[in-house]
Amino acid sequence: MNDRQPKIAIRGLTKSFGLKAVLKGIDLDIAVGESLVVIGGSGTGKSVLIKCILGLMTPDSGSIKIDGEETVGLNGGERERIMAKFGMLFQGSALFDSLPVWENVGFGLIAGDGKPRREAKEVALRKLAAVGLGPDVAELHPAELSGGMQKRVALARAIAREPEIIFFDEPTTGLDPIMSDVINDLIRKCVGELGATALSITHDMASARRIAHRIAMIYGGRIIWQGPVAAIDSSGNDHVDQFIHGRAEGPIKMPVRPL
Amino acid sequence: MAFLQAIGHTFLNGVETLGRLILFALDGLLAIVRPPYYPRLILKQMIEIGYYSLPVVGLTAVFTGMVLALQSFTGFARFSAESAIPQVVVVSLTRELGPVLAGLMVAGRIGAAMAAEIGTMRVTDQIDALSTLSTNPMRYLVAPRLLAATATLPFLVLIADIIGIFGGYIVSIYKLGFNPGIYIHNTLSFLEPLDVISGLVKAAVFGFMIALMGCYHGFHSRGGAQGVGGATTNAVVSASILILISNYIVTELFFAR
Ligand SMILES: Nc1ncnc2c1ncn2[C@@H]1O[C@H](COP(=O)(O)OP(=O)(O)OP(=O)(O)O)[C@@H](O)[C@H]1O
Ligand SMILES: [Mg+2]
Repeated sequence: MNDRQPKIAIRGLTKSFGLKAVLKGIDLDIAVGESLVVIGGSGTGKSVLIKCILGLMTPDSGSIKIDGEETVGLNGGERERIMAKFGMLFQGSALFDSLPVWENVGFGLIAGDGKPRREAKEVALRKLAAVGLGPDVAELHPAELSGGMQKRVALARAIAREPEIIFFDEPTTGLDPIMSDVINDLIRKCVGELGATALSITHDMASARRIAHRIAMIYGGRIIWQGPVAAIDSSGNDHVDQFIHGRAEGPIKMPVRPL
Repeated sequence: MAFLQAIGHTFLNGVETLGRLILFALDGLLAIVRPPYYPRLILKQMIEIGYYSLPVVGLTAVFTGMVLALQSFTGFARFSAESAIPQVVVVSLTRELGPVLAGLMVAGRIGAAMAAEIGTMRVTDQIDALSTLSTNPMRYLVAPRLLAATATLPFLVLIADIIGIFGGYIVSIYKLGFNPGIYIHNTLSFLEPLDVISGLVKAAVFGFMIALMGCYHGFHSRGGAQGVGGATTNAVVSASILILISNYIVTELFFAR
């Protein structure tokens, strides 16, 4: 395989809900083993973008190539084969509330890789330890955990099968600063040691600087800027500057009225 | 003009929904026959649908049998046909009231539970999460429920039939003064296998409808708690209506000539 071929290549991706155009032509490449962070305001379509890549939503038009293979329009077994390359941390954790924590983490190992339950449980306990959760938590149900603990369980589930590509939708929201940094390290490890390709979404600029090789900003349905993480402070783009400094004044207008 | 437009719109929407429902049902049937199978989940659903529905279905059946005997007695006295009570009770219960009432009770219990559970999984992204973990939601969630409901309802209805007949017997013997031996003899000698079989076939059809509606509405629920609430209501109402419609169709297929 060609080393230069991007792991994920997106061209002209559009998606609307009714009359509302959310994505208006996204072009984005993610290289093998790269960690890309997508930033952008709330409701700009970041979650929609990764759901399109995963095939959980069907884009209106455009192309998404994974390892050079067109995936838009794939269904059934073909889709499942592509899906097996991915791990995904959902924004709202999306833990299965009918299953105990360890079975959540080991779910993909049992269902996808056909591992016996005992082995899957061992792996699950190791992954839980990596996100700072002990074996006592493993037997609880998700509803018995705090929001931040649920997020960490979801993270353990996303990385349990050591997938080639991992998507993190807001991995550090709802975590305290110290735990955030533990999670940042974990994501760096997934990319550095396991050689995974990572696409993360975050509003947390500290986290973005720690985990990203490259940052892309989405605004108005398009990628308006992308570049290496070191260049983010000298992007020369007003939208990016406003976003990373968190200023209310600037080219990005929030549709709010004063009280 | 706007009026015609509205009618056309509603009609098209209806056709679209029907189409989606049929596709969903076919998808569900395919998922039942294709591996992987989930015997643990099927068993869990069977226990939920069969075992835990026993109290409510049993109560429904026993009082229905009792009131059937009582009503027939007072009604039939008008043309001196009180002695036909055993036959009336057994035929009404096995052919009609057993399956329909059990079906409606289970629609309320199970259809609602399925829609609420699957609907919550939908709005919290759990169904999407299944897909990212190499698990087909149709096979994991829908197939076990369809299979379990279709297979379990006939057993439930068989038990309801027996309990209902027993209820009729109790009232006839202890209140209306029937002779127990003659009552049982009349019940058994008048009963035909087809009475029971048609009732059990109905039960299987109703079970399928209940699970289909619960899963379909849950799968397509949108927008948080309110959406899940709506899905639950729709599942129960549509399952009940489908039970009554398919009840007529199955009866027609069995007995009309
Ligand atoms: N299933 C859906 N049906 C209709 N509209 C949707 C759906 N999913 C997302 N949207 C709309 O698409 C837009 C983008 O949503 P998305 O969840 O991608 O935002 P986001 O960038 O992830 O925001 P946040 O940072 O707050 O998570 C929103 O305006 C939302 O209303
Ligand atoms: Mg989002």
